Amino acid sequence: MAGLPLLSMTIFLPLLGALAIFLNWGNGGIAQANNARWVALWASLVTLGLTLTLCGNFDSTSSNFQLEDKFQWMPLLNVGYHVGVDGISLPLIVLSALLIPVSILASWTSIEERVAEYMIAFLVLETMLIGMFSALDFILFYIFFEGVLIPMFLIIGIWGGPNRVYAAFKFFLYTLLGSVLSLIAIIYVYFEVGSSDIPLALTTPFSPEIQIWLWIAFFASFAVKIPMWPLHTWLPDAHVEAPTAGSVILAGVLLKMGGYGFIRFSIPMFPEASAYFTPFIFTLSIIAIIYTSLVALAQKDMKKLIAYSSVAHMGFVTLGIFTVDAQGMQGAITQMVSHGLISAALFLCVGVVYDRIHSREIADYGGLVHRMPRYAAVFMVFMLASVGLPGTSGFVGEFLVLLGTYQINTWVTTLASTGMVLGAAYALWLYRRVIFGVLQKPKLKAIVDLHWRENLVFSPLLAGTLILGFYPMPLLTMIDTSVANVIDQYNIALDPEGERFFKTKKSMEMASYHQTNFFPKHYCEAPKALKQSKMVQDNRLSGLLRFARNDNNLLNLKYFIKMFGDEQWPYISCIGNGSEA
Amino acid sequence: MIGFFAPDFKLIIPELILLVTSLLLLIGGALYKSGNPDLPRRFSQYAIVALLIALVVLVLQYKPTEKWITFEGLILQDDFVYFAKILILAGTAAVLAVSIPVLSKENITSYEHSILILLATVGMMLMVESNDFMALFIGLEMQGLCLYVLAGLNRDRLLSSEAALKYFVLGALATCLYLYGASLIYGFSGSTNFEVLGDVIRIQSNEGLGIGLLVGIVFIVAALAFKVSAVPFHMWTPDVYQGCSTPITAFIAAAPKVAGMIVFLRLMMSPFLLLYGEWQELIFFLSFASMVVGAFAALRQNDLKRLLAYSAIGQMGYILLGLAAGNDEGIQAVFVYLTIYLIMIIGTFGCLLCLRGKGYEGVQYIEDLSGISTLHPKIAFALAIFMFSMAGIPPLAGFFAKFYVFKAAISAGLFGLAIAGVLTSVVASYYYLKIVKVMYFDRVPEIPTPSYGQILTLSPELKIVLNFFAIVILFFFVFPNPLLEMAQLAALAILS
Repeated sequence: MAGLPLLSMTIFLPLLGALAIFLNWGNGGIAQANNARWVALWASLVTLGLTLTLCGNFDSTSSNFQLEDKFQWMPLLNVGYHVGVDGISLPLIVLSALLIPVSILASWTSIEERVAEYMIAFLVLETMLIGMFSALDFILFYIFFEGVLIPMFLIIGIWGGPNRVYAAFKFFLYTLLGSVLSLIAIIYVYFEVGSSDIPLALTTPFSPEIQIWLWIAFFASFAVKIPMWPLHTWLPDAHVEAPTAGSVILAGVLLKMGGYGFIRFSIPMFPEASAYFTPFIFTLSIIAIIYTSLVALAQKDMKKLIAYSSVAHMGFVTLGIFTVDAQGMQGAITQMVSHGLISAALFLCVGVVYDRIHSREIADYGGLVHRMPRYAAVFMVFMLASVGLPGTSGFVGEFLVLLGTYQINTWVTTLASTGMVLGAAYALWLYRRVIFGVLQKPKLKAIVDLHWRENLVFSPLLAGTLILGFYPMPLLTMIDTSVANVIDQYNIALDPEGERFFKTKKSMEMASYHQTNFFPKHYCEAPKALKQSKMVQDNRLSGLLRFARNDNNLLNLKYFIKMFGDEQWPYISCIGNGSEA
Repeated sequence: MIGFFAPDFKLIIPELILLVTSLLLLIGGALYKSGNPDLPRRFSQYAIVALLIALVVLVLQYKPTEKWITFEGLILQDDFVYFAKILILAGTAAVLAVSIPVLSKENITSYEHSILILLATVGMMLMVESNDFMALFIGLEMQGLCLYVLAGLNRDRLLSSEAALKYFVLGALATCLYLYGASLIYGFSGSTNFEVLGDVIRIQSNEGLGIGLLVGIVFIVAALAFKVSAVPFHMWTPDVYQGCSTPITAFIAAAPKVAGMIVFLRLMMSPFLLLYGEWQELIFFLSFASMVVGAFAALRQNDLKRLLAYSAIGQMGYILLGLAAGNDEGIQAVFVYLTIYLIMIIGTFGCLLCLRGKGYEGVQYIEDLSGISTLHPKIAFALAIFMFSMAGIPPLAGFFAKFYVFKAAISAGLFGLAIAGVLTSVVASYYYLKIVKVMYFDRVPEIPTPSYGQILTLSPELKIVLNFFAIVILFFFVFPNPLLEMAQLAALAILS
């Protein structure tokens, strides 16, 4: 398998499926619709298989980008096709690849019009999503990032609910407005770096004044995507009007694009600006958690309630990311993955009853447990997971985030915890109103329980939620080295004097726990050496240091040693030993 | 390899081919009985053949990085001119190809249609290869006069006559501005030749420039802004677009805009490059105003052709943004944008041309497209691609066009203009999306006034052009390099 460009295959396989459907696209006969369904299902399943192979080939002890594919795409501009994964992107890729077949299965019978177009839209969406998470070139990233808009716009607009046109436009224009600003920032970064390569840009230091502007531009696009209060207003509309599978992908994956962007770009590239804006982010996150939880309490529409709860859960994610603490950040990523599973499942739960009764109003339901016991059980698991019950993935994410936040600011933690309580309130209340009580409504008398396809749809999500809840280690192992790398980069840039090194120490211990050779224990002695050397204050030097360490590259180290001579030796040797080890 | 020799007819063979063809067609048309309904169609086919032959000859003649100046310094041939001519020839041929099946339906019965288009093409080629204000004037007028006549070709329609008259009067005003500007420049520099002018400016700029020269440049910029319909010289555009028959609108929207912009680029970047500081503000304003007007004025338009007119104004604003950058990257960006614009606009008009009502009347309002995606999925799909591309959404070609322009602007430090550009592009994307929305989200009306159930039998020419253009726009990201290399060669040629 070594010679194959596995990652590129994963990215473009769904596109191939879409092309196959397109070529067989007639005027909508039943056979053609069925063909489209099966082709889409198989293409997405094989893609899922490929992503699992990616996981198998992934070495979680290294924080470098792996499984890279690279070629000169536009040599005149120094823009390349460059993809690769690390511990941060891989879980999200797997999540995307998992949710697409789930949503195709979920819309197997509920979509009857324009099936071929529908399946094409989903497969194109999958290519865009996986591409976005694995792009290591800014232009490529931007293309995938914004390319998502076209299929999603069509999915909401064509197959959506009664108010779909408004929702589709709002979604499209809102997110476009955010991302065009990041395009300007991307072009600026491109000129600063001289290339649009992301790994290269990650090691380029930017001056603090510029960082502020660039950070704001990136923030505009990621904050709309994730979405943060007060930029979240597109989300309830889009989620409610989209077809069930569209909501699944929106909540499951699209929201994670924002969080991913923050971790991948904002924190490591603009550490000073991130530190500067951290209180701002914390404030917004807290407002999001508390305010949207309260709003969710007042909702009459099930989908809208879940949509608002998504904003609250994403508040935890931004909180966790900007703690820039090992636990907080790991918690944020875990929360993203778990929210991807849970909210997708919750939207599917709504979809199940919507398919039967064609209503999303909470008031139209009640007492479903009498007719649909299996449904009630599945719904309960996901509802509790959303609340953050121990034993489900929701708990792991939120707990880690709170743990990380606690070390930075106890007040923020306290306020965020209230959000969890409120979350329990709206979720359990929703559950009580829909599932329990007496079954009175005449419409509901004949409702039937989950059938086999729906069971099939729920089972991977159920398994994922519970496995991550009881044994999150595989996920945490996958992400921790990369997270430690991000945090470390942030801390070094922030204070080369090394005061915060002792905080970083923890992240390094976690990494070395997995016997990585990347962050050697010797390295923890670095602060002393750093303090001795005034030269480290030099930005260039710290950039070099970062570069040398990131690449784990002896050549760079030798160059480094040659440049700075023997007086720096104690410090350098401690890195050198680590690399050789 | 610069030769200041006597007329070198070898270099203008493509133009001669077109000229001779148009004369032959003129004689042929006069010999035929008048009123033969099949004539415009057949002549258009001949014209396409002539254009393609000219294109082939041009390609065969091409020698990379060679520069020729001939006809006593009036005409210049280099990579930049060469690529511009390719765009013009190919664009005109494509427009003719998409308009062939609808000529009779659009009341174009006079055989002069294709002759005028050929002559206008010669004018455009002369425009881009001129190296002298006099030659440029002849080119501008040759093209302009043909376009005025074409606009009024549909004599019996009030709107068409109005469009022609407006176009002519405003065009004449622009011509006056041009002549006045050119004579001022001549008076203050002593030459109309671009090369000489460049030298004079280089020498004069050390000792302080005559104010007349600057005033002259302002006039020239105004005249050219009229040609490319940049705000505030855009007034004619919506009326002319709306008034002309759609095939003619398609022609006016495509190649002449490219030719005008190429001339703009040549003038600003070659003889006037040293005065960058002086003219940059002008272009800056033109660009900003065009982007804003193009974005906001189109929001309330219901007439498709008026909407496309404002969209063209906006697109010209983005192209001028590249020019305002005034550097090597700016030239490349303009070139890339023009190429992609040409493809998008011809594709869009091609789609609109083949969608017809029951009585084969053309689409006029946006609502006429309601639910067309269920009736004609392929055409709707192609049109949606062009619309998304015009809005600049990746991965379609329109995104790359905008990306290069913004990149050029940022490399020149024009952050404000670049941010204005991206923001207006978001506003503009609303009306492009509106067309997609009407086609895909709306249902076919139950009690339709004109139900657009019909579609013309797609002629092979139309099919080839539409398929090819849609594929180019959709898959541009796979092969961006040829165009980028062309743009780079063009930029090198113009700056050398």
